[in-house]
Amino acid sequence: MNAIIASALLGVLMMFASWIFDNEKTHTRIALVGLLALIVANVLQLNGIYTIPVDYKGLLSFTQFGLYVNTILFILTFLYVWLNGDEIAKIGNHAADFYALFFFILCGASILTSFNNLLMLFIGVEILSIPLYILTGADKKNLNSNEAALKYFLMGAFSTGIFLLGITFIYGATGTFQLVAPNVNPATGMVREQLMQSAGLILIFVSFNFKVSAAPFHFWTPDVYDGAPTVFTSFMATIVKATAIIAFVVLFHSQFKALGYAWELLLTFVLISTLFVGNITAVFQRSVKRMLAYSSIAQVGFMLFALYGPSSFANEGILLYIMAYSVASIGLFGVLIKMKEYSFEAFNGLAKKEPLLAAMTTIFTLSLAGIPLTGGFFAKYYMLNAAVQSGIGLWLVALAILFAAVSVYYYFKLIQAMYFVEGEPAIHEVEQGYKYKLLVFAILILAIGILPNVFLSYLYF
Amino acid sequence: MVLLSILSIPFIAAIILLFVKQNEKANYIAIASSGITLALALNIAFNGAANFDASWISSINARFVLTADGLSKILLLLTGISFPAIFMATSKNEIKNRAQFLSLMLFTQTGLLGVFLAGDALLFYFFWELALIPVYFLCSIWGGEKRIAVTFKFFIYTFLGSLFMLIGIILVYTHTADQSFAIQSFKQASLSAGQQLTAFALFFTAFAIKMPIFPLHTWQPDAYEQSPTAVTMVLSAVMVKMGLYGVMRWLMPLFPNAFSAHSNFVVILSVIGILYASFIAIRQDDMKRLIAYSSIAHIGLMSAALFANNEIGAQGVLIQLFSHGVNVLGLWIIADIIEQQTGTRSLKEMGGLAKQNPTLGILLVGFAFANIALPLTNAFVGEFLMFNSLFQFKPWTAAAAGVSVVLAAIYTLNMVQKCAYGEVSEKMSKMQAPNVPAQFVLIVLLIVVIISGVYPAPLFDLTADTLQQLFIK
Repeated sequence: MNAIIASALLGVLMMFASWIFDNEKTHTRIALVGLLALIVANVLQLNGIYTIPVDYKGLLSFTQFGLYVNTILFILTFLYVWLNGDEIAKIGNHAADFYALFFFILCGASILTSFNNLLMLFIGVEILSIPLYILTGADKKNLNSNEAALKYFLMGAFSTGIFLLGITFIYGATGTFQLVAPNVNPATGMVREQLMQSAGLILIFVSFNFKVSAAPFHFWTPDVYDGAPTVFTSFMATIVKATAIIAFVVLFHSQFKALGYAWELLLTFVLISTLFVGNITAVFQRSVKRMLAYSSIAQVGFMLFALYGPSSFANEGILLYIMAYSVASIGLFGVLIKMKEYSFEAFNGLAKKEPLLAAMTTIFTLSLAGIPLTGGFFAKYYMLNAAVQSGIGLWLVALAILFAAVSVYYYFKLIQAMYFVEGEPAIHEVEQGYKYKLLVFAILILAIGILPNVFLSYLYF
Repeated sequence: MVLLSILSIPFIAAIILLFVKQNEKANYIAIASSGITLALALNIAFNGAANFDASWISSINARFVLTADGLSKILLLLTGISFPAIFMATSKNEIKNRAQFLSLMLFTQTGLLGVFLAGDALLFYFFWELALIPVYFLCSIWGGEKRIAVTFKFFIYTFLGSLFMLIGIILVYTHTADQSFAIQSFKQASLSAGQQLTAFALFFTAFAIKMPIFPLHTWQPDAYEQSPTAVTMVLSAVMVKMGLYGVMRWLMPLFPNAFSAHSNFVVILSVIGILYASFIAIRQDDMKRLIAYSSIAHIGLMSAALFANNEIGAQGVLIQLFSHGVNVLGLWIIADIIEQQTGTRSLKEMGGLAKQNPTLGILLVGFAFANIALPLTNAFVGEFLMFNSLFQFKPWTAAAAGVSVVLAAIYTLNMVQKCAYGEVSEKMSKMQAPNVPAQFVLIVLLIVVIISGVYPAPLFDLTADTLQQLFIK
């Protein structure tokens, strides 16, 4: 509750900040302080010290898991703003406006981690999405950015419609918006209105696939990620995507398990096509930014393994996954922002000119590829373990592994360009401070990769 | 604690080397740290060492466990000897950014030692991959002309293999009684026959690629040829042993039924591999490729003897793990000295080494004899036992593999003849005496070859406990 209220208030506060202060550095500082306050507010609730008393009529339910996810998301946002503050200020007229949007997004995110009611879920998704349309089109004078925003908005509106239809069906079958066990006839033990519930569920499933950009609902992703200003792509591809995935997992780990195999079959189909489309298409990309867009689709394929059955591996795994994936991606986008152009050739010879930067890029890349000693390894490991434990066929896991090997191909193209090809890298001047900030991300990745336990122990307080 | 320190010394030295700029200093640090590692390895091998056990990822019950039995000890010894030998023998070579090169080499050593010591499946996998990553960079940065493509092939091959092993680990893990990665729990996992077979196949793929067993060997000759020689030495002397080690540590004890059910199949593949590699070796003109193929043949024999699944074969392999490493190291060092000084690897352009430089000629002949497994050399002991085991298994496999001894004699002696005898060729006339450290290393290695050939008893004593575990239940 604390997080929802605090983030909404901070969003409003941030809007007025651009009135009062003219300096964009100050805006960034205010946003950082606001984020810290948000983290503190959330941790107060997480540790059971103080919660703002609000009667939310059972629409929300605050679990240790959800609150911990909040903390992770807020910390990630803090790190993101801390790293990218200067870049954000370069876009548009008032950085403060963007920060306000960030806070609104976080408000949506905190609803999405604690909903107990389909309407709350819907509100959360919308609060999360609408600021994103604005952020995508933030670079007003750039046609690509405009196109991306319009595309995103239209497709998003469409998927919202599907989402609402799904909720309607479920309401029709159960008579309530609350997340409750499927309506079972006690005499026969059968689920009442199974067809209607399943149809509703599948519609919600489709809509969520759109939000997390799983194939075959991924078509908007490359264009939007490519068109949006790179700093905001970084935000969308990591923190926002992580939130959507978590909501997805929470929803489908809840009562819907009982509804049986209709959607599990569908999930297998979506999972395979996501892995396929993401990985195979990424191989052929010339631009690193577009490659990262496709690779983010491929990563979602792995995250979807968490949907199979609630288990401690699935829950812990998805947390590790969003942490490792987000930190590595924010870092990698952080390097990308400093490039003059986004082709692979632009990275040629980077190791010679900027050894530290190249080494950190390597760590981020290795993590995305899932190599041990980096966080990405344990993320993938937990997902695979969850999958094997849930009893789905080993063939699916083997298939995922094959695609993981494919992903090595395109991730390592970046490493090859940096280390093994001579050339003059097309990179702007990078100040020392920025490198040290990136170093924090790299160290974080290694820490998750060596002692993942530390990052999970909070779950069991 | 000593087990933890043998692991951390190369690791710390590698990190220090990242910040060193001068080549000389870097050399000293690398040689010193690998020297200490060797001393620790000797200490562990002959005095034993207590297990190291610390909590790692408690929520999934993975522990940081290091143990050393005979199998580990013999490979610790090999790793311990190889690295200082390689560092000293190549200390005068032209290598740009030597400090970084050495740092990556020491990271590789850390990974290798970890693989040989890990007593926990997840930890084993961790080190298994860690040994690979630095090698990828070493080969891709300092390798030959086609290095990038060749190394990438090598990397993808082995990475895919190890991912299969990862699924195998997960599969066994989910069937352990106490949900842990400890090797004891893995041994007692309740797997159905079908699951055992699946897990066996998954583990085997990883090990077969690493060894490599025919037909998964295609990455190897290219990788050996294109790697910088120091890395080739690590690859062929130590790294291929990871596959054999994996078979003895995990495959045999974990899936005994699937193992014996498939021994026929693997032995046949191995024998095909032996003959295939030997015939190709005869046709080679490039000295490096010749040694590479000869190494494939030797490893093939070891995997055949291992899968023959009898005690005598396992004993032979345990001895040969060490001997093969030392022999091939000697051959590589000589090949490297010749290439460094004459600029050629082609046997056609060589000749007259014995006249030009008698010491090196004698050393070459010594290692060549060891490569053919002549009596009095260390390889004789191991190969004798291995042929014996194949004979017990199926006499015809011993006969087929026995042909390889003849073939080995042909290609090895052919190499010696073309390289050491005849008129001094134009290129060979540039040959001067090798530098002192390289010569010293070669002599020490040759002494090891002869001593362990004449008096192999310490090696037998060292490995007795592993044999007992494997074959006496």
